[in-house]
Amino acid sequence: MAFIPHTDEDRRAMLDAIGIERIEDLYQIIPEKVRFPDFDLPGAVTEMEIAAELQSLAEVNLNMRHVACFLGAGAYNHFIPSAVDAILRRNEFYTAYTPYQPEISQGTLQAIFEYQSLMVNLTGMQVSNASHYDGATALAEAVVMALNVHQGKRSKVVLSPAIHPQYRQVVRTYTRGMDLALIGDDDLDHGVEWLRDALDENTALVAVQYPDFFGGIQDWTALGEAAHEVGALFCVVVNPLSLGLLKPPGEFGADIVAGDGQPLGIPLSFGGPTLGIFTTREKYVRKMAGRLVGETVDSRGQRGFVLTLAPREQHIRREKATSNICTNQGLMALAATVYVSLMGKQGLRDVAELCFHKAHAAAKKIDALRGYRLWNSTDFFHEFVIECPQAVKTINERLLEEDIIGGYDLGRDYAELENHMLIAVTETNTEAEIDALVAALKTVNHD
Amino acid sequence: MIEPLIYQLSSPGRIGIEMPALDVEQAKLPESLVREDLPLPELSEIDVVRHFTRLSQLNHGVDTGFYPLGSCTMKYNPKINEEVARLPGFALTHPLQDPALLQGNMALMYAVQQWLMEIGGFRAVSLQPAAGAQGELTGILIIRAYHEDRGDVERNIILVPDSAHGTNPASIAMSGMQVIEVPSDPRGNIDIDALRGFCDDSVAGLMLTNPNTLGLFEEHVLDVIQVVHDCGGLVYGDGANMNAMLGVVRPGDLGFDILHYNLHKTFSTPHGGGGPGSGPVGVAAHLTDFLPSPIVEIVELGDENIPPLYGLVEPAKSIGRVKLFQGHFGVLVRAYAYMRMQGNEGLRDIADHAVLNANYLRVLLKDTYRISYDRICMHEFVAEGHWQDVPEIHALDISKRLMDFGFHPPTNYFPLIVPEALMIEPTETESKQTLDAFVDAMRQIAREARENPEILTTAPHETPFGRMDEVRAAKQLVLCCWPVDETKR
Repeated sequence: MAFIPHTDEDRRAMLDAIGIERIEDLYQIIPEKVRFPDFDLPGAVTEMEIAAELQSLAEVNLNMRHVACFLGAGAYNHFIPSAVDAILRRNEFYTAYTPYQPEISQGTLQAIFEYQSLMVNLTGMQVSNASHYDGATALAEAVVMALNVHQGKRSKVVLSPAIHPQYRQVVRTYTRGMDLALIGDDDLDHGVEWLRDALDENTALVAVQYPDFFGGIQDWTALGEAAHEVGALFCVVVNPLSLGLLKPPGEFGADIVAGDGQPLGIPLSFGGPTLGIFTTREKYVRKMAGRLVGETVDSRGQRGFVLTLAPREQHIRREKATSNICTNQGLMALAATVYVSLMGKQGLRDVAELCFHKAHAAAKKIDALRGYRLWNSTDFFHEFVIECPQAVKTINERLLEEDIIGGYDLGRDYAELENHMLIAVTETNTEAEIDALVAALKTVNHD
Repeated sequence: MIEPLIYQLSSPGRIGIEMPALDVEQAKLPESLVREDLPLPELSEIDVVRHFTRLSQLNHGVDTGFYPLGSCTMKYNPKINEEVARLPGFALTHPLQDPALLQGNMALMYAVQQWLMEIGGFRAVSLQPAAGAQGELTGILIIRAYHEDRGDVERNIILVPDSAHGTNPASIAMSGMQVIEVPSDPRGNIDIDALRGFCDDSVAGLMLTNPNTLGLFEEHVLDVIQVVHDCGGLVYGDGANMNAMLGVVRPGDLGFDILHYNLHKTFSTPHGGGGPGSGPVGVAAHLTDFLPSPIVEIVELGDENIPPLYGLVEPAKSIGRVKLFQGHFGVLVRAYAYMRMQGNEGLRDIADHAVLNANYLRVLLKDTYRISYDRICMHEFVAEGHWQDVPEIHALDISKRLMDFGFHPPTNYFPLIVPEALMIEPTETESKQTLDAFVDAMRQIAREARENPEILTTAPHETPFGRMDEVRAAKQLVLCCWPVDETKR
């Protein structure tokens, strides 16, 4: 019996103490006709066997170690320093739960406090929660918070079409039961002017992405001002790693910054787990969902940390709670904290700059190829769109022959972007990989 | 014992990780969009590693000691799980890669779906929800979508027992429906007469945790479900307490229409200091079309020589996507390893020993601590942490004192229907010796309550930190630290 320490003798003594004959006697209350069903599961294997089985299963996959990766679209292949995982493997961190008992949870609590501090400083905001599930649910929680700030009196939310399609889908799922108009993202031409004109006294929130889904970057200050003129909240979805280089949304007047923390030291892992960053202004701290750690002192006069502002949470206010989130992404927040601490002021800037320069070098070379054209109309960070001479699927099949994972097929989400590929370049892509990508693209038949 | 904050350890000019030199032509930076200051700490690698190692030492985890935190199923987390989740073949796969190139991932997810269906007695499973609370929201949105699809749009009530997890009513509120609380009867069951009174054509469904948060199996569960079905409602099961049911009874066989599983509780994936969890949702045949997308299906049958081709599929009337990508895949890998190591017989052993351990503790403690609903429990039970002869002692004091014995306290003050609740869930991975030591400590604490109550009210004493001033934390909000040179901000 794996992971069960009981001996026959233990079981006997325990049954005697309880005053029953057999373990089955504990289940008398369960309706007999459905008790002890027959199962059709595979037979048990040992640790040695499962290690081998999963190794073989893992080898079926094509992983990034064997290819050059130019696929991003919301999940990025970055270098992760070894120290990050060394800390995540501390069992005192990963086998603990939510720090309900602060006296024996100061490790988790202080790490979250530091996470909050780093995210506040990175995004240029004033308060951060302890994290949401991912960037998409963080945006959904931003929408919910904006509705609550307006006490349900506003029912319109304006979304830029250049927000990640899956983020927008999650917002729609989360708000299914709310009588809400989600507008703006149905037409790719809806740029800053359109979004500004869409704002009115019934608008609770306007949200944009920076860098946007197509990699584009622009100054959003004017939209933020326009939002505030009508009393709407302004949310900016970010890639936190880009903020090593770029002006933080706090400087654009953002009321909420949401984003996915995966680029900060979290492996791709087929898309999860990651974490959802959520920072806002101090005045909204009591409206913000999710766990929050605050500083205090203990009975011995020592500085310590506790979960605070619990009345916002569901276990006290129950159905009056504004969000049902219970856990945060504790261990992933720890990963981001260790990563940002290790990279620090210089390292994060360096990584962001490497991404920026390499992406621009790649874009320039591809744009110069016959049949390919750079589509972006603004500057971009580390991701850009290329109009291709053939279907993206066809091109990606060709690239795969050269051990290259090509970019994301934008035609999947935007009908008008058929044959458009979203290419991501990170610090892990060498010049040789970029040149191999360019050379392979060149061989694609233009006719 | 105070560990400085990461910003306090910072020294200007110090570098943790050096990046390779730029190997391509430098581009022009977008001047107006470049930030002026990046207020992050500056540390070397050893500073960072020591800092977080020291912090880790201030935590109590399952690997440190007994962690009977009720409702959270703090069982041992096998170390092999951590190894396999980090295999490059899993960890270095991109969520938007062509699934045809990731058939290992797809086969793994398909197997987890199949096994969860089998264990729960359901027709289909979505692995997308990130945690139990998100599974709940998913379930309620499915209930809503089901009624809407039938044109039955007036149903907007979800019934919830008063013993329910706090996330239940919050999830319902998020879905835009109304909550009505159903009282418990004197034996800790849902009050079936009260339930009958609420059931009419305004009821969309019932959320039921079984075993409930008292650790008790609903004695009339079949009738309860029948009553709700008879009025046209669906029954949602909160699977937080599934550990006691493995191989014993399948919620689907009891008539539940929907259930969320907590892989981080039942299937041994680590709790991570509060996440990431994973909250897959299983549904009966009439609800499969409404599951969140995507789910993994066989898109081309295989044969003896060729494995089937798996693909990501969107159910016909899906409520949509509840999170990015395919769910918490890294957690699924761990759960797969655990389930495979248990097999048919092992799953039943888990429930048997979880239930045995809980009842053993219940019987040994009931003379010292009142148990409001004292009957054979499932995986956990709720004791009362107070005595009439020493009214100054509360459940909190008992909990804090337990830390001095090296134990994590039980869940406090929940469920709300038990005064001074101490909710105790030992899990199957704890030995008789550990349970005996816990009982000794609990009995000693009960003696101390009479002989030297102050030792309880001022506890803990042996931990690195004493009781925290939670009122101060909420009144004088300090929620982040600034870089040292930015304190004027």
